[in-house]
Amino acid sequence: MAVKDYLRERFFPHMWCPGCGHGTVLNGLIRAVEKLGMSKNEIVMVSGIGCSSRISGYVDFHTLHTLHGRALAFATGIKLSKPELNVIVPMGDGDALAIGGNHFIHAARRNIAMTALVMNNRIYGMTGGQYSPLSGYGTVATTAPFSNIDQGFDVVKLASAAGATFVARTTVYHVHEVSDLIQQAVLHDGFSVVEVLSQCPTYFGRHNRLGGPVEMLQWFKDQTTRIGSKAAAENPELIQRGIFVQEDRPEYCTEYDKVIDKAMAAVKG
Amino acid sequence: MEGALYAGLEFFAGYPITPSTEIAEHLSRRLPERGGKFIQMEDEIASMCAIIGASLTGHKVLTATSGPGFSLKQEALGYAIMAEIPCVIVNVQRGGPSTGIPTHIAQGDVNQARWGTHGDHAIIALTASNHQDVFAMTVEAFNMAETFRTPVILLFDEVVGHMRERLLLPEPGQIPLVDRLKTSVREGVDYHPYLPREDGRLPMADFGGVHRYNVTGLYHDMWGFPSDNPKVVHGLIRHLVDKIENHVEQITRYKSFYLDDARTVLVSYGAAARTALHVVEGQRKRGQKYGLLELQTLWPFPAEVVADTCAGAERVVVVEMNMGQVCREVQRVVNDPGKVFLANRIDGVLVTPTDIRQTLRLIAGQGV
Repeated sequence: MAVKDYLRERFFPHMWCPGCGHGTVLNGLIRAVEKLGMSKNEIVMVSGIGCSSRISGYVDFHTLHTLHGRALAFATGIKLSKPELNVIVPMGDGDALAIGGNHFIHAARRNIAMTALVMNNRIYGMTGGQYSPLSGYGTVATTAPFSNIDQGFDVVKLASAAGATFVARTTVYHVHEVSDLIQQAVLHDGFSVVEVLSQCPTYFGRHNRLGGPVEMLQWFKDQTTRIGSKAAAENPELIQRGIFVQEDRPEYCTEYDKVIDKAMAAVKG
Repeated sequence: MEGALYAGLEFFAGYPITPSTEIAEHLSRRLPERGGKFIQMEDEIASMCAIIGASLTGHKVLTATSGPGFSLKQEALGYAIMAEIPCVIVNVQRGGPSTGIPTHIAQGDVNQARWGTHGDHAIIALTASNHQDVFAMTVEAFNMAETFRTPVILLFDEVVGHMRERLLLPEPGQIPLVDRLKTSVREGVDYHPYLPREDGRLPMADFGGVHRYNVTGLYHDMWGFPSDNPKVVHGLIRHLVDKIENHVEQITRYKSFYLDDARTVLVSYGAAARTALHVVEGQRKRGQKYGLLELQTLWPFPAEVVADTCAGAERVVVVEMNMGQVCREVQRVVNDPGKVFLANRIDGVLVTPTDIRQTLRLIAGQGV
């Protein structure tokens, strides 16, 4: 299938600003699905609220655009009630880790098979540029005009500690990695997290004087490196990209099937 | 619980809270026995969201909670209203506000059931005063949720929730069950998930099936895609309200006791109606023309039934365990609001026959 066959052309043009990184995530996601050769009917995309969450409207899957922060909770209901579906949950950084933080850690803890895609642009874009839990200390936002004193989360560490069995990170500059990591995450039998650093030139870039989209993409290129690379050893300040966690642990829906077996056996005596 | 299973419940998500936890405990055992799914979520919000997700894959779903949890579920309840996703929510009421009085009775969430979620909307809320009726209303709740594609709230109370009582289980098939109206649109043909038929109903397609569509809590067009076109917005809000408010008669359930010649009509519901019936029967033995209208549908408010029943009465006494939430509705719909009085109790103790009789004496000007 061609890439455009995965899009709902009826719903374009999209609502993202010029220079936004989210379109690149959409591109990587569709290429991943294309390579996986999955039927569109077996994919459900569940999103929350925010710029990133509008991604679900543009793809020709079963799509559920839910409430701010709650995408993973809706997704859990879908997955457990119909485990044969592949569930992909794109979320923004505020959506996934501020208002949705509780659902994020508990979905990870359960190890329910779905892919959480954290489109991290370090800002609340749709509401006009307020700081998020991933903005980081010292950044400027419309609600932190004197510089942000909130410390940021590290998505990789948080997801790993909460029990996610596949954890990866990349940036929209590394578009082939986006596609490759999403592909591996979707195939993973457990809760998978892919953090994609994405630029918001409109708010984060402008308030923090990081230049336009080109400069922000250049920053992703310069300030990140592959896990275990020589550059990482030489400069620990660099943000590492790649797969941080990939392990097998009992998957929730598979385990629930065992509960059903036990319950049915108990009834039969 | 048994009513939900009888109605075909397949998925339950919940969070422990007194006095509704027994429902979760029971279903964690009963659902997997029949291949259904139970999940204890991380919070009340997540439980509400999870059942909406499970309903979209074509399953009959339920969650259960009490006051504080019901407050937390309100946003997602509004989502189910907006996206027209069938689901049933049990609220075993306890005293509020806030943590309130968890193990005691109150009926303080009547208006929260009506207006708890933000924005204009219509809602269906049912209640019952004994276990046989709890069973029947639960089946009705699932049927109405599927018929109208909407969340239905079962507003029970702590006394009915915690007491023990005989329950006769109907045979399978004895009570008709409504299954979801599925779309007949074939694969490859455009399916408009939010284009109502002439009768206002929306045939549904399961997530995972051949029709892929968008579901959102935003105002949306017939494709389910966000829209702020004033015509679309107006059309959708009218549809959401009309599909329920235009079917009040079909949704109304109530019980009548000694109403034919009643001069004093008691209006009550839930556990309070048991006390009210006791008083009515006592008065009848003394030759007094008392009757009881027991409401089972609280929302949409059965205005016509209440107005007609109370039309010939000299006085109407609403017996409830709050500050007059249904009483105000009764005053709103009867021919003479001045004849409507409230006999309530708000201290966590079930209203007693003495409480009601004291109010009756006050109304009659006989003092306490």
